[in-house]
Amino acid sequence: MTTATVTPHAEIAQTAKDRTKLTSGLAQAAVGIFAIWAFGLGPRTGSGVRTLFGFGQNPGTYQLSLPAQGFALGLSALAIGCGLVTAFAPVTKKARRWIAGVYFVAMVLAFLVWAAAGQSSGLPVPNIVLQTALATVPLVLGSMSALLAERSGVVNIAVEGQFLAGAFTAALTASMTGNVWVGLVAGMAAGAAMSMLLAFFANRYLIEQVVLGVVVNVLASGLTGFFYDRLMATNQAEYNNPPLFQTWRIPGLASIPVIGQLFDQNIVFYAAFLIVPLLWYMLYQTRWGLRTRAVGEHPLAADTVGIKVLGLRYRNLFYSGLLSGLGGVWFTIGNTGQFGKDMSVGKGYIAIAALIVGRWSPIGAFAASLMFGFAISLQYFLSPLGTPIPSAFLQMAPYAITIFVVAAIGKKARPPAASNKAFKKG
Amino acid sequence: MTTQDPKDAPKPDALPENTDALPENTAAEPDNPDTEPSNWGRLVRNVFTAQSTPLVTVLAILLALLVGAILIIVSDPVAMGQLGYFFSRPTDFFDTAWHDVANGYADLFKGSVFNPAFVHGTPSQFFGPITSTLEDATPLIFGGLAVTVAFRGGMFNIGGQAMTISGAILTTYVAFAWTGLPGALQLIVAVLGGIVGGVVLGALVGWLKARRGAHEVVVTIMLNYIMFFFLSNYLLTTTAFHDPTKAGQSLSKPAGPNAILPHLFGPSLNTDFGLVLALVATALVAWFFRRSKLGFEIRAVGLNPAAARTNGISVGRVQIWAMVISGGLMGLIGVTQVLGLNNPNNNSLSPNIDAGLGFNAITVALLGRTKPWGVVWAALLYGAFQAGASVMQANDGISTDIISVIEALIVIFVSAPQLVKEIFRLRSRDAAIAGAAA
Repeated sequence: MTTATVTPHAEIAQTAKDRTKLTSGLAQAAVGIFAIWAFGLGPRTGSGVRTLFGFGQNPGTYQLSLPAQGFALGLSALAIGCGLVTAFAPVTKKARRWIAGVYFVAMVLAFLVWAAAGQSSGLPVPNIVLQTALATVPLVLGSMSALLAERSGVVNIAVEGQFLAGAFTAALTASMTGNVWVGLVAGMAAGAAMSMLLAFFANRYLIEQVVLGVVVNVLASGLTGFFYDRLMATNQAEYNNPPLFQTWRIPGLASIPVIGQLFDQNIVFYAAFLIVPLLWYMLYQTRWGLRTRAVGEHPLAADTVGIKVLGLRYRNLFYSGLLSGLGGVWFTIGNTGQFGKDMSVGKGYIAIAALIVGRWSPIGAFAASLMFGFAISLQYFLSPLGTPIPSAFLQMAPYAITIFVVAAIGKKARPPAASNKAFKKG
Repeated sequence: MTTQDPKDAPKPDALPENTDALPENTAAEPDNPDTEPSNWGRLVRNVFTAQSTPLVTVLAILLALLVGAILIIVSDPVAMGQLGYFFSRPTDFFDTAWHDVANGYADLFKGSVFNPAFVHGTPSQFFGPITSTLEDATPLIFGGLAVTVAFRGGMFNIGGQAMTISGAILTTYVAFAWTGLPGALQLIVAVLGGIVGGVVLGALVGWLKARRGAHEVVVTIMLNYIMFFFLSNYLLTTTAFHDPTKAGQSLSKPAGPNAILPHLFGPSLNTDFGLVLALVATALVAWFFRRSKLGFEIRAVGLNPAAARTNGISVGRVQIWAMVISGGLMGLIGVTQVLGLNNPNNNSLSPNIDAGLGFNAITVALLGRTKPWGVVWAALLYGAFQAGASVMQANDGISTDIISVIEALIVIFVSAPQLVKEIFRLRSRDAAIAGAAA
């Protein structure tokens, strides 16, 4: 930028903004053109092939049949249009966000139409909804946990470790007592213990929080792995055979078609989705929320008006650990039962990516978690369809999409001002 | 500072006005310059204050081993059962607990340093443990350096697994496919291939960070999973890589005999030429930070990106270069893991080729205080832990996972010297000076 000395700042910013708009719009359009070639003109969506969307509970019922090629081409063209509008048309920021949403939905639908083309079983929509919701549960709990911590100024990158600690402790205690509620309490307490460790070293000894969080993750992985080998691997029946939570069927809601299964789940599932509005209300409508945000944005100012910065940070980190501990509980006694080494496979980090993509707001983080949950569930409902994509690439998809989205959001994301900054009074 | 460059160590005593020029030393210390007449007296006193990093490091290791011992006892159901009747016969519990811990840590020592049973043994028995420590330390040196380079540039590379795997893939391919290359040339090309594999991913991470603003921690973690699934569930099932004679096993074709890293101390001892590469890399990185322009720029960006930008350094370009170098060093882990003597599968590629080294590299770099030669010492310590842990697991049934617990704890304790001071009731430096003045 040799011209920086003569060009006014606002103008540079404007050019830079135009350039990012242009590149991202053109990139979107390019992906759309690829979609036309891959999804619309490939042999899978040859002429006359139809795609079935099943909306019934049982496979093969209430099906909607669409001409595959036409829809794949149409949706891809819509995506290209969105990309070109982003690149060239002078639209407002809000309109651009909507256009990005339309682009995303069009691309996903084009992909699904292509993936299920010509399959007699069709796309089981209720199953997709259910799998997405199930995969979203730990992501929501993790991102809400990280949100709570980061809005009060401490980066909790140790969500992964808290998941593992919660999952292990819940499985162990529930197996030993035969009681899921003991497992629930113990799992959440283990998550909180991990986050208090983080809070202690971050607040008192001022260690760099991201580094500390990663080291805590290594610690949690090692601890759970060590006890797994010593206890569970040798005596599965006694130490790793936990009962599962009972499902609670909500009468009425559970008989709604397509989404009915979402109301026939266990308490951890409901809690995960209820925490989002609760946290939103707490954060933006209560005194506690105002103070939390103040401590996360400008701790010195908060301290000046008499808010106990460190006390609030410890407290919020404790709640944060309870939430991610609950996410850990979901992995074992909430969902599959037995504990396995490193069973959270990076979902704690995906939850943090969801927080970044959702720009540190509860609703945004929830939406991003849903998106990543959908990406994770892809492998469960796409592998029976026999797509030409090797299953390994479906397993990679959620991680690749995470990178892609984080790169696309990029510099627009702004964390709370005091996040990752230790506060020292005096 | 055990982990400090030898060149830096004696300086502060001779030139008190220079202490401000060493940010690592001044950061943790009160700013008052020392005014004491006797250097020796002060040296001795400083050894026992909290600012003495060798002492803190040793105490941190002891603390971590202590916690490890508690974990070993707690995880032994027999010992826990005896705790139930502790007050009627406490000796039972103490016997079992002592037995567990003493045997475990004795095997840790025997597997990593020296086994007294072989004091008159053959050279391979005598030097066996220490050479396997060196062999285990080799990839940790590369990894520690890689994390160090990124760290000095203000970035956190936890994509060791991904970069190791991509380096290992290219290395393996050269090693089994290009057997026509004459003599040592194939080995050289294989090593270069490993570096290139790491560089590609490092450049991607650096580009995403610098140009797109994607947080490198998120990107590198995601790459770890992507590369793992790519290797284990795709690449090792393709005919190009999978070894047809190993049906049902996820193994690649083995490396050609010319591409394997040669033994360093003769065929009976388990250390390969990778160690020399690692030491050369350390010297290069040390030179790089001390003398080269780019190294200076990386340090400047890491210390204060805004100031670096004001002074005409292109922060994005420097970040990309830092990740490229970091990736190349991580790729070298892949080289030693595939072509080194430690490879358990006849020098072929397997899904767990990374063996957790990418994450251990972080703790190595932090214990080495992100200094090249400090990394070597830290890698030797952790290499010893790893070499001993396998013996400990085989003889005492203590899972090797305890090592990552101990390593993580050491790093936490070392980065909180104040805590170590509080636990051992050490005097801080200023208190010591005040005491001397009184």
